[in-house]
Amino acid sequence: MKYLDEFRDAHLVRACLDQLRAITTRPWTLMEVCGGQTHTIVRYRLDQLLPPQIRVIHGPGCPVCVTPMELIDAAIELAASPEVLLCSFGDMLRVPGTRGDLLGCKAKGGNVHIIYSPLDALQLAKAHPHKQVVGFAVGFETTAPAHALAVKEAARLGLTNYSLIVAHVLVPPALEAILSSPENQVQGFLAAGHVCTIMGYEMYEALARRYRVPIVVTGFEPVDLVEGLLLTIQQLEEGRYDVLNQYARSVRRMGNMNARALVEEVFEPTTRTWRGFGELPASGLALRPTYRDYDALVRFADRLAGLSEKSAVSTSMEQDCQSGLVLQGRLKPSDCPAFGTRCTPEHPLGAPMVSAEGACAAYYRYRSA
Amino acid sequence: MCLAIPGQIQAIHDTEPKMGTVAFGGVKKEVCLALIPEAQVGDYVLVHVGFAISRLDERAAQETLQMVRTLGDRDNRRSRDEIS
Repeated sequence: MKYLDEFRDAHLVRACLDQLRAITTRPWTLMEVCGGQTHTIVRYRLDQLLPPQIRVIHGPGCPVCVTPMELIDAAIELAASPEVLLCSFGDMLRVPGTRGDLLGCKAKGGNVHIIYSPLDALQLAKAHPHKQVVGFAVGFETTAPAHALAVKEAARLGLTNYSLIVAHVLVPPALEAILSSPENQVQGFLAAGHVCTIMGYEMYEALARRYRVPIVVTGFEPVDLVEGLLLTIQQLEEGRYDVLNQYARSVRRMGNMNARALVEEVFEPTTRTWRGFGELPASGLALRPTYRDYDALVRFADRLAGLSEKSAVSTSMEQDCQSGLVLQGRLKPSDCPAFGTRCTPEHPLGAPMVSAEGACAAYYRYRSA
Repeated sequence: MCLAIPGQIQAIHDTEPKMGTVAFGGVKKEVCLALIPEAQVGDYVLVHVGFAISRLDERAAQETLQMVRTLGDRDNRRSRDEIS
C-alpha cells in the first residue's frame, strides 16, 4: 500500500544502518516515546541491527498502560449497572483493575461494547434513548480531538444519555518527568509522529533546549525509525540538540490547527495519576466546565463514591508487576522475573502485557519464539 | 492506541459532521473528515479511530525517501571506491 510499502524497503533501512555505524563513535541511549514505534523496533529487530554502542529504551507511550486503576475500576463499576452501555476501545478490555477487567465484567453480563470510533458511541446513544451510554476516553493527544468532536456532537444533537470517562494523557509532561529524574539515562528522543500530527512540535523546542536533548519527530515504519535514530545520533555526535521532523509527510510544525482548536474548546489540562509514574501536574485532559454535563464521573458520582479509596490501596499493592519500571524505560520487559511465566497476554499482571502497544506484549510476541 | 493507517478518499458526503469513504487497499470505511475540512477526493489521509487526522504530503514523503536513498548511493559509491 502507498505510504507503507516504500517505507518498509530493506535497502533503505540498510543504508541508514550503514550510515549509523559509520558515524557512531560513543555509547548513546535513546528512547522511542510511542508504543507503536516500540512494536516496529521489536518486530523488525531493528534494535539488534544497530551499532552496539546505541541502546534504545522503550517509553511510556501506551495510553492503555498508564491509565490509572481508579478509572478502570470506575468503568467496570458503571458497566455492571443495568442502565449503562459502556463503550471502549478493544485494548482496554483485558487491563486488570482492582477486581477483574472489563472483559470479565462483560462475561458476567455487563454491558461492554467494543467501538472503533468515538462516533459509534453516539450512534448507540441515539439508538438506545433509555440507556446511559458511557464512553471510556483513553488515549494521548492523537485521540483527544475525536472525543472532543463526539462531545460537541452530543451537545448539538441534545443527547442527554451520553457521557465520557475522560482518561486522556499528554506526552510532554511525561518526557519532562523522565528528563528531570535524577536517574535519567535518556540522551535523545524519537517523538511520537501521530501525537505530533495533531499537536505539532513547537512545544518540544523548549524541552530540547532546557535539557539539551535532541528530539526527532518520527514515523512508524522501519525506514522512519532508522532514519529517526540516524537524525538523533548525528546531533548527539555533533553536540547539537534541535527538534527535527522526520515524519514530514504527516507532521507540520503547528500540527492540525482544527484538531487543536477542538481539543482546546472541549478540554482543559488537569493533574493525572499515571500508572508507573504517579501524579503529574497538567498531564491529562478533563472536560471544561461548559461540557461538565458530559463527565461520567460527575453524572454517576453517587454510584462511584467509595471506589477511589479501594483503588488507591490496590495500586500500591501492584508489587508483583514491575510495569512502572518498564514504562519509565528502567527495566527491559524480558528482564522482569514474571515475564512469560506468571505474566502472559492471556493472564497479564499489568497493562503493558495486554495492550497492542505495550512493550511487554511486543517482547512476548516477537521475542519469545 | 495512536495507530493510524493511510488510505485514499474515494467520496465525500454532505453530512454533519463531514464524513467520507476512505479505501485502505481493498477495505473501505466511513471516516470522519471534520478535522481536515480541506480534504479532496483522491487525497491520501492518515486515519485514526475513524477520524482522518492529516493529509499526507506526497512531496515530503518523496523527500524523506530521497534523503535515505542518497545515503545508500553514497555508501555504494564508497564501497565501490574501496574495491577499486
